[in-house]
This record gives sequence, C-alpha cells and structure tokens, in this order.
Amino acid sequence: MILKMLIKVFIFPGFLFMSIYSFLMEYLDRKIYARMQSRTGPPWYQPIADFFKLIGKSEIIPKDANPTMFRLLPLIALASVAAAFAYIPIYSATATFSFDGDIVVVLYFLTIIPLTSFLAGWYSRNAYATIGATRILTQMFAYEVPLFMCMLAPALIADTWSISQISAYYAVHPLHALINIPVCLTGIIAIQCKLERAPFDTPEAETEIVSGVLVEYGGNLLAIFKMATNCELVLVISFFSAIFLPFFTGIAWVDFILYFVKTLLVLFILVLMRATMARLEINNTIRFCWRYLSPIAFAQLIINILVRSVL
Amino acid sequence: MSNIDKNKVTIPIGPQHPSLDEPAAFSITLEGEKVVNAVIGVGYNHRGLEKACESRTYIQDLYIVERVCGICSHAHSTAFCISIEELAGIKVPMRAEYIRVIVAELERLHSHLLWLGTACHEIGYDTMFMYTWRDREKILDLLASYGGNRINYGVNKFGGVKRDFDETTSSDVIKTINKLDDNIKHYLEIALTETTLISRLMGIGVLSRKDALKFGAVGPVAKAAGIDYDIRVAEPYGAYKEIPVKLITDNHADVYGRTVVRIFEMQESIKIIKYAIKNMPAGEISARVPRRIPAGEVLTRVEAPRGENIHFVRSNGTDKPDRVRVKAPTESNWHGVQHMLKGGKLADVPITIAAIDPCYSCTDRAIVVNTGNDTKIMDWKQLRQYSIDWYKKEGIDIAALKL
Repeated sequence: MILKMLIKVFIFPGFLFMSIYSFLMEYLDRKIYARMQSRTGPPWYQPIADFFKLIGKSEIIPKDANPTMFRLLPLIALASVAAAFAYIPIYSATATFSFDGDIVVVLYFLTIIPLTSFLAGWYSRNAYATIGATRILTQMFAYEVPLFMCMLAPALIADTWSISQISAYYAVHPLHALINIPVCLTGIIAIQCKLERAPFDTPEAETEIVSGVLVEYGGNLLAIFKMATNCELVLVISFFSAIFLPFFTGIAWVDFILYFVKTLLVLFILVLMRATMARLEINNTIRFCWRYLSPIAFAQLIINILVRSVL
Repeated sequence: MSNIDKNKVTIPIGPQHPSLDEPAAFSITLEGEKVVNAVIGVGYNHRGLEKACESRTYIQDLYIVERVCGICSHAHSTAFCISIEELAGIKVPMRAEYIRVIVAELERLHSHLLWLGTACHEIGYDTMFMYTWRDREKILDLLASYGGNRINYGVNKFGGVKRDFDETTSSDVIKTINKLDDNIKHYLEIALTETTLISRLMGIGVLSRKDALKFGAVGPVAKAAGIDYDIRVAEPYGAYKEIPVKLITDNHADVYGRTVVRIFEMQESIKIIKYAIKNMPAGEISARVPRRIPAGEVLTRVEAPRGENIHFVRSNGTDKPDRVRVKAPTESNWHGVQHMLKGGKLADVPITIAAIDPCYSCTDRAIVVNTGNDTKIMDWKQLRQYSIDWYKKEGIDIAALKL
C-alpha cells in the first residue's frame, strides 16, 4: 500500500512522469515555436542535453548573495510544483490525492513558484535581478485575481472544491462545460501570464534586464530552476485541461492518450500566442489583466452562481 | 553593481548586454521603471581607419573604406569613389551609375530588414525577427552571387564598377524583390494593425521636428519627424539624377514613425530597383583612372540606409590621400539619444537605442580608457610615452628591442 503510494508520488503519475513530460513539452514548445518562425528548431534530445550540460557546470554564487537561500530556492520551486502535481488527474478523473479543497492547495502551490523566483532575484543582489524580482511581484498582482476567478468559476457549477470531483462532474455533464467557454478563453490568457511567456515575459525580458531574476544563476542551480519552470508548464497546462477540458472515456489508456491530446492542444495555443505577439510593458500587462480579464472572469462567477441555482 | 540613492538605481546597459549588437556603455538612472538620466559612453570600437587611409594608396583605401561599416559598406565605398572621381575629373559611364544604384538599393533593403528584425527582437517579437532575417538572407544571396561577398561586396571601383549586370542577375533580382514585395506588404499590415507591436512603439523615444533639427538628426530618424530631407532627392548623385525617388516622411516622430518610414522606404527601394533594371543603358561599366590623383579637396554626401553619409578627402597630388574623414550617419543621430531616453521607461531603452539603427564602430574616433575618476586627453607623443613607460614598468624596454 505504502509502496504503491510511493510509486504514485515519485514515479507515475508523479514526479518522474512530470519531469519526462516536461522535457517533451519543452521540446515541443521550442520546436513548434521554431516552425512558426520558419526555423528548423532543436532536435528531440535538446532539452535533456541542456539539462545535463548545466548539471555538469560548476556552481558560482555571487559574493553578496545569501548562499543558503541561493541554493535552497530552486529546490523549493521544484518541490512545490511536484507537490501540486499529485492533485491533478492524469489517466482518469481521479488524481493520486484528492480532498475537498485541493483546488485551493494547487493555487497556493502555484503562488509559491513566483515567490521563490522573486526571492531568488532579491537574494542575488544584482541590479537586473532586483528589477526582474519587482516585475515578477508586480505581474503577480496582475494575473492572480483573474486566474483564481477563472479557475474557481467552473468549481461553482460542479459545487465542489476538489479538482478530481470537478473533472468527474463535467465528465458526467459535458454540456455544462460549455457555460465556461468565456472563462476558458480568459483563463488561457491568464495562464500565459502566469507562466511569464510572451507577450507577458516582462519579468525575464532578455533584451532589457538580461534574464531577470535568473541572471546570477548558473550550473546545477539554474538547471533545477529551468526544470521547475518546465514542470510548472506541465502542471499549469494539466491543471487547466483538468478543469476546462474534462472529457473522459472511462478506459484508462484512452484517457491517458486523451490527456496528451488535451495538454498538447493547450500548449499549441500558448505557443501560438507566444509567436504572434510582442512583449507588453508591465503597466500594460496590469491594465490588460484588470480591464479585460478580471471583469470577464467576475461576470462568469456571477453567471455561474445563477446557473447553479437553476441546475 | 548598483548605486542605491534615494530610490534611484543606476543600472548599466553595456558594454556587454544582450540588446546591444556592439559594445557601448549606457548608464541608465532609474526611478522605479522611469528613466531619469542616461549617460552614453562610446569608444570601444575605435579602429583608426581614417589614419590608416593616409598611409595607403587610393586603391588600398577603397578596401578600407568599404569596411568602415558592415551593413552600409556600399554607401561608404560609393561616397569615396565619387570623391576620387571628382578630384580626378572622371566621367563615370551611366551603366555603372545604374549598377551602383541597384546595389545601393539592395543594400538599403537588407539594412532595413535587418533593422526591422533587431527592433522586433528588442521588444520581444522574435517571430518578426526571424521572418525579416529570412528575407534578408535572400538579398544577401543575390549580392553574394553578383559581388562575391554577402557584405562588403566590392562592387565599386574608381571610375565605375567591377562587374557587369547580366540578364540572369537582373531576372534573379526581379524575381527575389517581387517575392519580397509581398512579404513587406504583410509586415506593413502587421506594423499598422498588431496591437502589442503598436503599444510598444507608439509614443516611444519621441524626437520632435524641432529637436531633430536641433540635434542634427539624419535619415529615418529625421524623416519620421517630418523633415523631408534625403540626399537622393535634395542633391542627387549618380543615376539618382535620372531615377525618380519618392521621399518618405512621417509625422509620428517616434519609434513607430521610424518603423513605418523604413518599411515604406523598402517599398520605394523595390520600385527604384525595378526602374533601374528596366532603364539601364548599355555600354561601358568603367572608365580609366590615373594612379596619382590631382591635389584638391572634396566633400561628398551619399544617402546611406541609415541617413546622410559624408566623406571628405584631401589630396596632395601623390598616390596617397592627405586626409580622409568619414562621418557615418550614426554620428549625427547620437546626440538626440539622451533626449529620447529621458522620461521613458526602462522597458523602452533598448528599442529607443535601436531605433536610430546605431553603428558604433562606424562612429568611434577615439578610445576611452576608464581607469578611475580622472579624465585626461593625451596627444600622440604623450600616448607614445605612456605606452613606453607602461611597458618599462612591466619589465620590457621597447628601446632595447631590435625589430
């Protein structure tokens, strides 16, 4: 029983599966992005090669930085992603762990990642990193509210705070998922903003502040941070598809394939957004999120409350 | 690295920074995200080309002058050739003048495509960057197949051009630029409609007409501010005397205006190339030039892709020039940059700098060695003595060396 649980947490559908899928997703992200720009793009093993190359590099910690925090933060980021992933349903409507309220826990873990990035930038004591860190926090204020409202709106109809039960509810009532279409569209923009990808990549704007918070990071610490970022991509997309695309057949292996189809579809839309837009300025990001995303998400919340009383 | 003083942070952009193509040090003082002061430091790329020209023959100088700039190499060599031809009193065959114009406009096309790509990269729009550079590659292939090199094509020589423009080359050029014309229309449509792009370009790095005149801006920077000045129109040289050139201006006076001006200029270049190929006269492609150039002074102005390009040559009657002075367009556009940066945001600094299409190595005429707070200017003798003393301190006696 315990062994089975450990396998579920660490191997499948837990940490190991998430890591491998994150490499695949990074490859597809880069490859599709490259094809959209009429480039060839990297070979399939490039993300893994990058990872192991970084692991082999020496660790350099700035003189002014706090070494303990500097080393610890990437691990915290990766750990919080791994912990949140246990609550996401993969091959059926039920996740490894689930309880009523786990959607809040996942959202909480999602908040930890930008906080670790912020602290990483802050503890680096570098001008670029500091600016990147403040931008991360500013951007958090922009997307947190619309993202949370977007994710909670479907939960209102399902009348549960558990991701697995939300999935299960919409699997039984697939037509009810159509009510959530507006919030699904705003949600996909909000997760793009959450993942800090173009056009919302202001915190790591390469041409302005070099690479933001990670400017002082190198070697295995950078490798872990990069891995955490890629795993975050897997986590957020899986979370999004569990809530907004909860279509299951009931057969485990078909659902498992369906999981890949759904997540890669979302990835494709995210890449399309990344490829077709210029980077927004931080004040425009905030304005956009509060002027367009938040009102739509808020209206959906009210609609869903009304719909719930009818259903 | 940072000096924190009353909420003001000074951050360095350069000499090594991802947004700079060449080393230059910008010291940006920020209040939050707002730029309150910008100090520009150049002087990392001095190559002593002007001095080198004085100790070489005119023919050798042509190769040096062509390497002043990697992008507008043809504009520099054209200006130098026109100067020498004027001094020697040579009449260049019209066919050669037409070929020079075609190459110059192809150069303008690839320069503007390059600029559009880097500008889009600065604002995080990498797809456009890849697209424009893909198109630019086609132009470079054309120039390589005609001149032999992707840049520094070596087309010009005193009295004309080195290679004739045959039928296959003409048809290749027409085919490529026709395809490019469609792509440029697409880019123009994106520039005029894409919201994120417009929000990053509109109202950024404003240099009004008055300021542009005050700071002496040239090229697309001046044209974007509504200054209708282009050497090809104001003072036509070579085949531009016969080819109609439409002057492109815009009234935005910001980075957006500069983008639009450059895209329209590309369309105009395509028209010029088509006209030139259609109306190219037959005949010789070069005239004979004496080795010794008569004594005299000449100042030539040529419209490079980045703006007005000035060459001054003084000859003393030998086979070597007495003085060569090159004023690249960036030298004129530098002065306005600080004004453009002030009051903007940190996010706009890279695009504002990129918008003048700076070419640092064309501009640098001195080296700045920053060892401390004291600044001093040394003349040639002092500099020589300094280097001798420095080596003596290291244990090397230059005077004792036998070379």
